[in-house]
Amino acid sequence: MKKILVLFAHPAFHKSKTNKQLISEIEGIEHVTIKYLYEEYPNFHIDVQLEQQLLLEHDIIIWHHPFYWYSAPSILKEWIDLVLQHNFAYGKEGNALKGKAVMSVITTGGRIEAYMEQGYNCYSISQFLRPFEQTARLCKMNYLPPFVVHGTHLLKETELNEIKADYKKLIVALRNELYTVDDFQQSNYANDLVRK
Amino acid sequence: MHETTFFEQAIIFLLAAVVAVPIAKRLGLGSVLGYLLAGIVIGPFVLGWIGDEGSDIMHFAEFGVVMMLFLIGLELKPSLLWSMRQRIFGLGGMQVMITAVVFAGIGIALSLSWQQSVAVGLTLALSSTAIVLQSLAEKGELQNSAGQATFSVLLFQDIAVIPILAVLPLLAPDILTIDHAHGDVHHESWVAGLHGWQQLLLIISIVGTIIFIGRFLVRHLFRIIAGTGMREMFTATSLLMVIGIALAMNMVGLSPALGTFLAGVVLADNEYRHELEAVTEPFKALLLGLFFIAVGASINFQLLIEKPGLIVALLGVLLVVKFSVLLGLSRIFGLRSGQQMLFSFALAQAGEFAFVLIAFSSQNSLFTPEISSILLILVALSMAITPLLLLLNESLVQPLFRDKLNEQTADEIEEKDSSVIIAGFGRFGISIGRFLLANGIQPTVLDNDPGNIQTLRKFGFKVYYGDASRSDLLESAGIENARLLIIAIDDREKTTELAKFVKETFPNVKVLARAVNLRHAFELCNLELEGIRMEVFDSAIELGVQALQLLDFQKYRANRSARTFKFHNDTIIEELYNLWGKDKKKYIQEARRFKEELEQLLSSEDQSSIHDSDHAWDTQSLAEEIISTAQKETSQTD
Repeated sequence: MKKILVLFAHPAFHKSKTNKQLISEIEGIEHVTIKYLYEEYPNFHIDVQLEQQLLLEHDIIIWHHPFYWYSAPSILKEWIDLVLQHNFAYGKEGNALKGKAVMSVITTGGRIEAYMEQGYNCYSISQFLRPFEQTARLCKMNYLPPFVVHGTHLLKETELNEIKADYKKLIVALRNELYTVDDFQQSNYANDLVRK
Repeated sequence: MHETTFFEQAIIFLLAAVVAVPIAKRLGLGSVLGYLLAGIVIGPFVLGWIGDEGSDIMHFAEFGVVMMLFLIGLELKPSLLWSMRQRIFGLGGMQVMITAVVFAGIGIALSLSWQQSVAVGLTLALSSTAIVLQSLAEKGELQNSAGQATFSVLLFQDIAVIPILAVLPLLAPDILTIDHAHGDVHHESWVAGLHGWQQLLLIISIVGTIIFIGRFLVRHLFRIIAGTGMREMFTATSLLMVIGIALAMNMVGLSPALGTFLAGVVLADNEYRHELEAVTEPFKALLLGLFFIAVGASINFQLLIEKPGLIVALLGVLLVVKFSVLLGLSRIFGLRSGQQMLFSFALAQAGEFAFVLIAFSSQNSLFTPEISSILLILVALSMAITPLLLLLNESLVQPLFRDKLNEQTADEIEEKDSSVIIAGFGRFGISIGRFLLANGIQPTVLDNDPGNIQTLRKFGFKVYYGDASRSDLLESAGIENARLLIIAIDDREKTTELAKFVKETFPNVKVLARAVNLRHAFELCNLELEGIRMEVFDSAIELGVQALQLLDFQKYRANRSARTFKFHNDTIIEELYNLWGKDKKKYIQEARRFKEELEQLLSSEDQSSIHDSDHAWDTQSLAEEIISTAQKETSQTD
């Protein structure tokens, strides 16, 4: 059984609709630790030692956040800047995270049609996520396909309920090591893995 | 009965109360029953320490009821009272009417004349404000719907006494004037001599005066009084006001309890309300206690021994009839089942007004001495049995409704005072208060500077005058139901004392406190508060940030350094606390404290510089690695 660390970043949680429901869905699952970054570090003063320790204790890291300006809310960038230190996460002697896996979990207002060459965002989600992917790679970690919620403003309650259930299923399956490397390679989104 | 002096009497009453009430409380019987038992014990039928003067004392002590209604009025905003009007007149009116009619019917069946029957009915329809409200308040039941309904009925009964007193003489064979009635319905003859419309005019003008004074003048008066800084002046003024109103109401023939209740309601919005509550409360409590003792002492056990069957049967009828009528009405008025039972048990007795009405009726030759004495013992016994009935309800009846009760408690709590209390509103408290207000939270503020109060009220703060470290003031400010207490006073001892008191007495209230220095912070740490902040630490560091900036540090660097330092400081303090904060023996003399504190802080500072732990955006090691790799590459290519 794998241990999962969910790093959740949402600066206005009280206004959140989709993410609030998603995160509460996976609350309390065994072997899953959730860190509310904005709640933990309201003044951005990240405890680097503590965060590194947590990374060591888990096998799968989830970056869960709304998609802001094609990227993450600023505290996750701060976290990456400070926690993924040279000679800890990367560099010649930086092997602490080697072999762990990383997945992005993202919510976005734009529908999937928007994230295409012909759409108004011109690029796909996976293309936008390249910096995260490469960050993981430099730290010798496997970057898994992202779990993406599109068109959050138009989601109906029934649709959101399905997505919540999918998310929970995904986390449990990751924990129980149900997917193979092939499964990941063949999927564009982690959503497809669950729906299979 | 031999004559006793005032002090001898006082000693007997106080001793009885001091012995009986704690025992009754410990046994879970409530203070009312304790007082009543004390009265029975010192009364003529057990120890005989007090005799006939008991009834005089009872009339004097009825003033406790007057003060109680004043205090209840203080808790009741006019808008809340207005929203209760249907219950007061609908529920209260029907209760008095139906109960009176049923008792009158029983009276006729027992071959009393119809006049006597009507008088008995009206007399027994009323319940005991003193016993009921005191018992419910003690159990914390006044805020829920049964409590509110009970209060509405009692309020209507208070109003109803006036027309009942007017009707009784009309029923009597020989009509006497009402000057001979004693107790709190004492009429001055000059008012009685006026025409009806003149009396009405007088009543309206007195009530108008009370409202006008309460709304516009009292605030200024109290500000002046508070400015003198003498607490006893506050007490004197409050008593003067209550007694004055009671007298004025008496003169125009209204119930003094009603008058002071009205005054209380008018003052409910007043910023000195909590202080008023705090100073009048002890007088009310003592007078009510005295009243209950007197009721206990007045029970005529002689009659009970002579005709036990009759008395017990009649007592049963009295309680069952009142209970049934109340239960029926509470169904019609939509109380929930558990609350119906509480309401019906609470009001099933006859009340102190009955003593007055019985005396009045016998003076008017309406009642024979036999009827009077039987009624008197019925009333007294029914009052004495009420705390027992409530106990029965609580332990046997309520468990049946427990689940239904729980559902409704949640929304009822909100009616209480604002849930954040700030104690102390000087330089420190004011900043917290502004910050909370800016976030839409209206704290209740306690401060003892009368100058502040006026200004702050203008800006939407709920400010009350008084020494925040006094427990009675805290209690009347609603500490019991508060979510959070912020202690912002600048007195070290008082802060610790207050925090300790609240943590022990109200463990559900979260407490944040301002610490004067490190030692004080440790002292507070021992109390396991939710949060402690050193009073000048944060502002000193902020000024330090500006200092660094003036020394050409980049602004972000200075700012980040401050955050790192604060984090580091919390760690150090925790370490020091674990090291020697818990050990009280190491608390040393005041004079040496600061020095030692400084030494400790500086030496821990020495051991770990904040910059050792901060590698943020540090590319030193990366640069070294790249350079060494590059060197290897060049050496290989060479």
